Amino acid sequence: MLISNLEFMTGRKVTKHLGLVQGSSVRAKHAGRDIMSGIKNMFGGELTAYTELLQESREEATERMIEQARSVGANAVLNVRFSTSSITAGAAEIYVYGTAVILDESET
Amino acid sequence: MDQILIVAVLVSLGYFFGRRAEKKHFISLIEREKVMNQLPAMASRMPPQDNRYEQKLVSGNVVIANDYFKTFVAGLRNLFGGKISTYETLLDRGRREAVLRMKDQAQQFGAELVFNVKYETSSISGQDSRKMPIIEVHAYGTALKKL
Repeated sequence: MLISNLEFMTGRKVTKHLGLVQGSSVRAKHAGRDIMSGIKNMFGGELTAYTELLQESREEATERMIEQARSVGANAVLNVRFSTSSITAGAAEIYVYGTAVILDESET
Repeated sequence: MDQILIVAVLVSLGYFFGRRAEKKHFISLIEREKVMNQLPAMASRMPPQDNRYEQKLVSGNVVIANDYFKTFVAGLRNLFGGKISTYETLLDRGRREAVLRMKDQAQQFGAELVFNVKYETSSISGQDSRKMPIIEVHAYGTALKKL
């Protein structure tokens, strides 16, 4: 599965558009990490626990999007966009969406 | 009286540690940016048509928090309005770090260009103004490798 945030694939033609596919994931951290982050918060700087959490969350959302694209028979997802919204403090929703397409295998 | 003391201790701790960490971060950012300049990232949506490329989505993210001192200063600033430079450096650090991480990923892929770079900034700490601001910056783009 090819994932790209460009609108086309260089050198390959889109033979069919299959519409929008999407994936989302909502996550919160466990309390221990939250407390550690709270202490670190006093001094500023990067909160590695959160960075990892959101990274994982994004991977999961992408995975779900790919799953959906696969089920409609696509072999690529183009023009992918991410969006984040904070639901409450400590939990965030990651949303990823794109256009599922079928690209021809032949080279132009 | 005790409360004032606690705030004073937190502010001074935030000032010393936060300042040191920020200085160190900026030095490392400048160094890494010099190295990574050979891999340009662009906001353009049209990749060059002269070659065939292999594409891959690359991304970098960072969650960064303000220190106590800066939040305190920003709180005072809020009374009078105007430029809050303590937040500006925070966002600047976040964005530059995120782009560097994205480029790291692109370099591992063997790319020579990153196209259609998009930034996304969100506040993790929610809307509660009493809380310390924590922001997340996510940068993503398409890495192109010549075939």
